Amino acid sequence: MLRERFTRNRLAVAGGILVALLFIVALLAPVLAPYEPDYIDRYHVLEPPGRLHPLGTDDIGRDVLSRMLYGARVSLSVGFVAVGISTLIGMMMGAVAGYYGGIADRLIMRFVDVMLSIPSFFLILAVIAFVGPSIWNIMFIIGLTSWMGVARLVRAEFLSLKSREYILAARAVGASDTRIILRHMLPNSLAPVIVSAVLGVASAVLLESSLSFLGIGVQPPMPSWGNILTAGKANIEIAWWLSVFPGAAILVTVLSYNLLGEGLRDALDPRLWERR
Amino acid sequence: MFLYLGKRLAEILVTLVGITLLSFFIIHLAPGKPTDVLTDLNPKITPEARERLEKYYGLDKPIIVQYLLWVKRVVRLDFGDSFSTDRRPVWEKIRERLPVTVSINLLSMMLIFLVAVPVGITSATRRYSLYDKITTVGVFIGFAMPAFWLGILLMMLFGVYLNWLPISGLRSMNYETLSAGGKVMDLAKHLVLPVFVSAFGGIAGISRYMRSSMLEVVRQDYIVTARAKGLPESKVIYRHALRNALLPIITLLGLSVPGLIGGSVIFEQIFSIPGMGRLFWMSVMQRDYPLIMGLLTIGAVLTLIGNMLADLCYAVADPRIRRR
Repeated sequence: MLRERFTRNRLAVAGGILVALLFIVALLAPVLAPYEPDYIDRYHVLEPPGRLHPLGTDDIGRDVLSRMLYGARVSLSVGFVAVGISTLIGMMMGAVAGYYGGIADRLIMRFVDVMLSIPSFFLILAVIAFVGPSIWNIMFIIGLTSWMGVARLVRAEFLSLKSREYILAARAVGASDTRIILRHMLPNSLAPVIVSAVLGVASAVLLESSLSFLGIGVQPPMPSWGNILTAGKANIEIAWWLSVFPGAAILVTVLSYNLLGEGLRDALDPRLWERR
Repeated sequence: MFLYLGKRLAEILVTLVGITLLSFFIIHLAPGKPTDVLTDLNPKITPEARERLEKYYGLDKPIIVQYLLWVKRVVRLDFGDSFSTDRRPVWEKIRERLPVTVSINLLSMMLIFLVAVPVGITSATRRYSLYDKITTVGVFIGFAMPAFWLGILLMMLFGVYLNWLPISGLRSMNYETLSAGGKVMDLAKHLVLPVFVSAFGGIAGISRYMRSSMLEVVRQDYIVTARAKGLPESKVIYRHALRNALLPIITLLGLSVPGLIGGSVIFEQIFSIPGMGRLFWMSVMQRDYPLIMGLLTIGAVLTLIGNMLADLCYAVADPRIRRR
């Protein structure tokens, strides 16, 4: 039933297939890449796409296709770890706020408001300035600054679940708070969390590439779609391939995660079923 | 209305305290004395600069005293002196950049509003038409488009290949020699791409929300009534439905302020515009800590001002709030 509703949405299925393809490409990067990502072809610097280098070379003679394939690994791992962190924090915050209510709820929700009213890009940049840019720091910082949506979702779910009969029954037979939260309430509020996690990967990928493009994300020589684009911008008048291909890769990745997420939302949300 | 606004104001003040706490926490992020770590990370920080930082934050005092001292300074817009070679006060540096960023953001908000609202309305009234399908695809692409890539592509197309528009800065080299009208034209030419790039994502998002908000309102009973009494469809949509459908959009525009301000780092960096965003980027590259903390605080304050303005517009637009 669920699967049927999902597969009827052709765009969502296309998104899912593209996401799967991206994973395969990232896993098989060493096999698929024609060169090592750091290999410097000194005789073909800034070479347009051709037989030797299918997507051309960058400003110091590295193969763009190979760097993009390895960049897919960076992008996807940043996306996943960051979203893992933010989902975990968000679920914890939302669960505590929604379950206990009262002062805990007010404190947590006020903190969410504070986090939302600081331009998150400024916050991320400021933290990076103190802890230094590296792929690990980027993952953590993106995770630590993007949990607020999940917290709100989980809190709302918990508020509506709290007075359901099976929760009251669990409490009546003497289940502990932790057990009720972890065994009964969290599993029942997962649907919107999954959707927001899938959409969250898309925005984490976008953020990572923006940071790397600005030179404060993934640091060269480690390849990332964003830092290939830095070279693209520097050579904008002579090397279109350095800008066009990595940017298109980001666009397609983000688009497929968004389509997949929206498709899942439609399939999981009973309120939307009757409409189609 | 005043009760409502007063309540919102109180909430905003609490948020402001939270923001200062968070910013203060960031400077203490590193274990031990922040200045110790700063000097390890950055050999450029001289012992003399380190001493200034210690003095500014009062790092020898208990942490609560430190925080209160810092807040006392921040309230007077004293963020200390920049670490860069010119050593100017942080607030002075921010003040000269602020108008550029604020006006570009205002222009792009206007653009977002002017494009997204009509697009949202028309795709709602012509639901499932070809036009609606095309805008839906456009919205998805708009959501996924990295702003910096869009900037680079447009620079390449209009700046390099077609050579129609300048690709960096706010003024041409010969700006001083131009007539008044020429100056305005010159500035406008420089602003077209940055404003468009910063508005692009917002246009996609807001037009989507406008569409669903409109679809929601059109189902209400008072719209049925308006149609039943024989009003022309255009009047039903543009007088009765539009006003109600716009309410959530006002809130959304307010909520999009932090994104716009944060995004200014990206487009100002791409187009070499001397605004707050580029200043932030440079201060991060140079690890100019006093400047970073100042910009972070000012960015948050700007966001809160944006939210407050949105609340005010909301109160003006919605009579139910005015009467409360």
